[in-house]
Amino acid sequence: MSVNPALEAAARPAAAAGVVTRRPFRPREWLEREAVFSWVMLTPPLLFLLAFLGYPFCYGVYLSFVSRPVAEPATFVGLGNFGNLWHDPIFWQAVWNTFRFTGAATIFKLVGGLGMALVMHQNFRMKGITRALLLLPFIVPTVLSTVAWQWILDPGMGLFNRLLMYFDLVKQGPSWLGNPTLAMLSVILVNTWRGLPFFGITILAGLQTIPGELLESATIDGAGTWQRFRHVTLPLLMPVIFIVTTFSIIFTFFDFQLVYVLTGGGPANATHLMATYAYAISMGGGQMGLGSAAALAMVPVLGLILLAMTWYVRKA
Amino acid sequence: MVGELTWSRRVVGLWIPLAALFVFALFPFVWMAATSLKTNAELYDPTSNPLWIRQPSLEHYIGLLKESNFIVWVGNTMLVAVVSTLISLLLGLMLAYPLARMRFPGAALLAITVAVCYLVPQTLLFVPMADLINRMNLGDTLSAVMLTYPTLLVPFCAWLLMGYFKTVPKELEEAALIDGASRWRAMTQVILPLCTPGFLSAGIFAFTLAQNEFLYALLFLNTSTIRTVPVGITGELIRGDAFYWGQLMAAAMLGSLPVALIYSFFVRYYVAGLTAGSVKG
Repeated sequence: MSVNPALEAAARPAAAAGVVTRRPFRPREWLEREAVFSWVMLTPPLLFLLAFLGYPFCYGVYLSFVSRPVAEPATFVGLGNFGNLWHDPIFWQAVWNTFRFTGAATIFKLVGGLGMALVMHQNFRMKGITRALLLLPFIVPTVLSTVAWQWILDPGMGLFNRLLMYFDLVKQGPSWLGNPTLAMLSVILVNTWRGLPFFGITILAGLQTIPGELLESATIDGAGTWQRFRHVTLPLLMPVIFIVTTFSIIFTFFDFQLVYVLTGGGPANATHLMATYAYAISMGGGQMGLGSAAALAMVPVLGLILLAMTWYVRKA
Repeated sequence: MVGELTWSRRVVGLWIPLAALFVFALFPFVWMAATSLKTNAELYDPTSNPLWIRQPSLEHYIGLLKESNFIVWVGNTMLVAVVSTLISLLLGLMLAYPLARMRFPGAALLAITVAVCYLVPQTLLFVPMADLINRMNLGDTLSAVMLTYPTLLVPFCAWLLMGYFKTVPKELEEAALIDGASRWRAMTQVILPLCTPGFLSAGIFAFTLAQNEFLYALLFLNTSTIRTVPVGITGELIRGDAFYWGQLMAAAMLGSLPVALIYSFFVRYYVAGLTAGSVKG
């Protein structure tokens, strides 16, 4: 930390700031000024963020305009990378997959999370432990739980097919991760499983801030359970729901590890998301420029979604 | 009559949905644990009950610890998570304190910048980041992840701490200043001690996020002995042959344990952080 602890000894009230300028320069008093103290504190973290977030971002934008195979010098290609992506059917499939994945998973998490919050918002014993246990899917490192899901969905000896066969529902269980439609459904299911408790617990926190008197007076006015929910609870929950959903859309849209571990984008690119495809191009194919362009292509798409959401909420 | 009605309502409205939620949320962990404790003979016997263990055995745990670098990976993960959490708390504090408690030109713009940084996903930056780390000659070192994880954690910690710093009344600080304390002393001895819950929340959150991180670890850690648990497991335990699930599930169990333990001690602070910041996930 750049502030010297020794200055404690000679500290003066901040109110003296105006007087200080007329005296000979004293670093300790100078440091007591609000703006100076603030910027001394702020500089190190800002330099860090500039170096490791700002610079990589600008460098990524630069990379998207060059052709740069691994270990070769870069050549400027203008919008060539974006042109290549535009004519790449796999890229468009990844875009479409990302939309389906984000849309379906967000709806499931939102509906399920709202349900979970409403169930949890009742009086029962051991509520704390219940909340802690139900939040476990969100806590455990994603890669570890995804590996467990891979085993659950294993076509031969996985839990799903074992149960299906145990109850004689099918002769041979489906290939959950080998069939394009089922693979996409599986990826959505695992994302929902992991993210639902986050929605549930956050919406529950929102529910707990709603004053009981409002619901009581609605009851006195003759509102039933559904009407109370529809006209009192839900409108008051909207800000929380909006924030949670927005965050979830962003982080589902840019998700990487779940698909990378569960399907690797397969079968036949059926579950490739924009993030995993960008990774495949840059790290698998060694095309740093093209991969960077594919990653940056997520920004305008996401921007459009968020704009649409804001517009919708404004209207509502 | 009335009692009966409320009782049945409670079953339908509370216990059945709660049981369903429990099954949905926890069955993968039960399956994980059951698999890790079975012998291979039982594990791949199609006639056995999948969720029952006839002969519990620790063979997969012993095999995992003997045949792989799992212990080393756990150590690496812990080290990286602790170091990057400490860096993030310190840098987050330095950002949050002035933004929450001081008036200076540019404060509003900076607060927005921190929020934007918080929302920048790592999938957007990994290509240039890989290039940057290689040019700094940090490829294949733990320093690479210790430096890059805080880029994900600092904005989050700053955002969360700002909320806590704002709750301390301005008068406390003014009283300290009038009594002759410096700004530094007012901060370290008056304000920060009052915000201990905020540091716990932010710290536990940053710690679990760091344990969870995968993409940067995948990009930067190639040598087996410097890998973290997630990349070690996906990179080395998933092998060509079919009969590796026992060890894999043992690894998943042991790998989840540290996070689950720390989380169970501090669950209150974790939930506070979760609901205050609406986090990445």
